Amino acid sequence: MTDHMPDRPFISVEAIARRFPGARGAPPQVVFDNLHFTIRRGEFVCLIGHSGCGKTTILNILAGLERADSGAIVLGGQEISGPSLDRAVIFQSHALLPWMTAKGNIAFAARARWPNRARAETAAHAQKYLDLVGLAGAEHKKPAHLSGGMKQRVGIARALAVEPKMLLMDEPFSALDALTRGVLQDEVRRLCAATQQTVFMITHDVDEAILLADRIMLMTNGPHAKLAEIVVNTLPRERTRHDIHRHPHYYRIRNHIVDFLIERSRRFAEETAGGGYDPRRPPETRPGIGGPGGDGAPPDIARRSAAASIAIV
Amino acid sequence: MSKPVGWRAALLSLVFFAMLLGVWQIAATPRGGSGPALDPEYAKLIGAAAAVGQKSPFPTPIEVGAKLAEHLADPFYERGTNDRGIGIQLAYSIARVTIGYLLAALVAIPLGFLIGMSPLVYGALNPYIQVLKPISPLAWMPLALYTIKDSALSSIFVIFICSIWPMLINTAFGVASVRREWLNVARTLEVGRMTTAIRVILPAAAPTIMTGMRISIGIAWLVIVAAEMLVGGTGIGYFVWNEWNNLSIGNILTAILLIGVIGMALDQGLGWLARLVAYQE
Ligand SMILES: Nc1ncnc2c1ncn2[C@@H]1O[C@H](COP(=O)(O)OP(=O)(O)OP(=O)(O)O)[C@@H](O)[C@H]1O
Ligand SMILES: [Mg+2]
Repeated sequence: MTDHMPDRPFISVEAIARRFPGARGAPPQVVFDNLHFTIRRGEFVCLIGHSGCGKTTILNILAGLERADSGAIVLGGQEISGPSLDRAVIFQSHALLPWMTAKGNIAFAARARWPNRARAETAAHAQKYLDLVGLAGAEHKKPAHLSGGMKQRVGIARALAVEPKMLLMDEPFSALDALTRGVLQDEVRRLCAATQQTVFMITHDVDEAILLADRIMLMTNGPHAKLAEIVVNTLPRERTRHDIHRHPHYYRIRNHIVDFLIERSRRFAEETAGGGYDPRRPPETRPGIGGPGGDGAPPDIARRSAAASIAIV
Repeated sequence: MSKPVGWRAALLSLVFFAMLLGVWQIAATPRGGSGPALDPEYAKLIGAAAAVGQKSPFPTPIEVGAKLAEHLADPFYERGTNDRGIGIQLAYSIARVTIGYLLAALVAIPLGFLIGMSPLVYGALNPYIQVLKPISPLAWMPLALYTIKDSALSSIFVIFICSIWPMLINTAFGVASVRREWLNVARTLEVGRMTTAIRVILPAAAPTIMTGMRISIGIAWLVIVAAEMLVGGTGIGYFVWNEWNNLSIGNILTAILLIGVIGMALDQGLGWLARLVAYQE
């Protein structure tokens, strides 16, 4: 692969590690170390992995809220050293300010981005994003009086309202019912496409990842979690919730990921003990295009396929 | 079980009140026969007037009621330095408490902010706070009188010193325990330090700060009575002490009742403020 300009990564994660001190003299707990991956401009990347493997930690480091214990993240040629308005975060726990109304929370963000705007203009801007996430009518409610899904939507609206260059989303749709989730997934997809957003999203929902992501990163269980592989989504870009399951690639990709989550996320370390895994270049696989391991093949074939795709990449 | 209890509680309150008055009336009604002989020490304490037999029997509720009505009818008269209306005395006390308390808030809240935001400042000041906090405010009185050389200012200082600790400690605690995710929101929005302090930390810590302010006003109101007894001159504490010397139990009871009512009003006022800044997570 030649490294010509348009392909130069927007974000390059280089050998980051995160450790927490062990309890009372125990050796430090390594959440992950020597983690590498890249994100291109305008790309939608999903990260899937079991609970506690370190997904939120990665997102926080990308956001600049936490620092890696070693390694660095380079964004547009510069190392990330702190949070920025250009990287909006949708927090796993909503993180709404409880003393402000729904609209107040969004206006607070808009005001941070455009401090010199007139009050009325900020309010109109906030209202626009409230309407966008379908919360018209709940403007003046405090977060305590909103349902979990409504809170999540305020969080999404707040992130979108600052018109960032990049969105970092931590399970943004997990507390939503299927219907609302679908509506918001479509909305986020439309917005990201329209505004050329680069997106990094954590999810537990395989279908959501296949619908939204260009590439899906699979993370093994912690501690010492690794990026086992990166699944390239080979479904056509113009896909919708209603037609993806008719596409032949869909079940191959889906089975491949589900198989990873059930089996290989746990056993990845033994699987690669013999070598063949380079953390600096996690293998990119394309289970959608007839690749073995996508159609319910047993794990040993899947393993060989992963090795085969290293050669492809 | 969940029937509204409001009017029944009010009724019961009235019953208790009536019972209290009844028992008081019976107990205070003078009976025949002389009481036990006065202890000479006690006789000395209550003054010569009482000791020679000018007895001042405990007043009945009706007498206290009459005294109260009398005081409330003309609370603000002023006939010389030793004869001021009870309203004026209360106003002196309230003014001292207000000044001392506000000065304490002015110091405690910014300082508490600093302590809460910086573990370094917290570590440096904590030993002083721990030692100074348990000192009875009245223990400062001689020192205050000696250095300030003004009795009115000294009592304000005592109020200041006793109100400062709960506010300082609660502010520091409230600021230190602001949820990390709220601060992270401010950080990702690149909100400046000052805006973060005013728009995020202050509202987040406000309920805890208000709790401290409410504790402080309670303590300040307790202390002012004692301080004015010591310092003399003006104020409701001095009034009580003066009436004790006059052996006017009726006046003392009236003052006690009013001290209670004002204390409750101060507490309720801050409670109302606390509800304004409360939020539900
Ligand atoms: N402050 C901390 N001290 C010690 N360990 C921590 C701390 N914060 C996180 N961890 C550990 O780091 C690991 C990764 O946490 P993280 O929140 O990133 O998981 P996650 O993948 O986002 O999980 P989930 O899907 O449940 O949100 C966990 O095992 C957790 O125990
Ligand atoms: Mg998480």
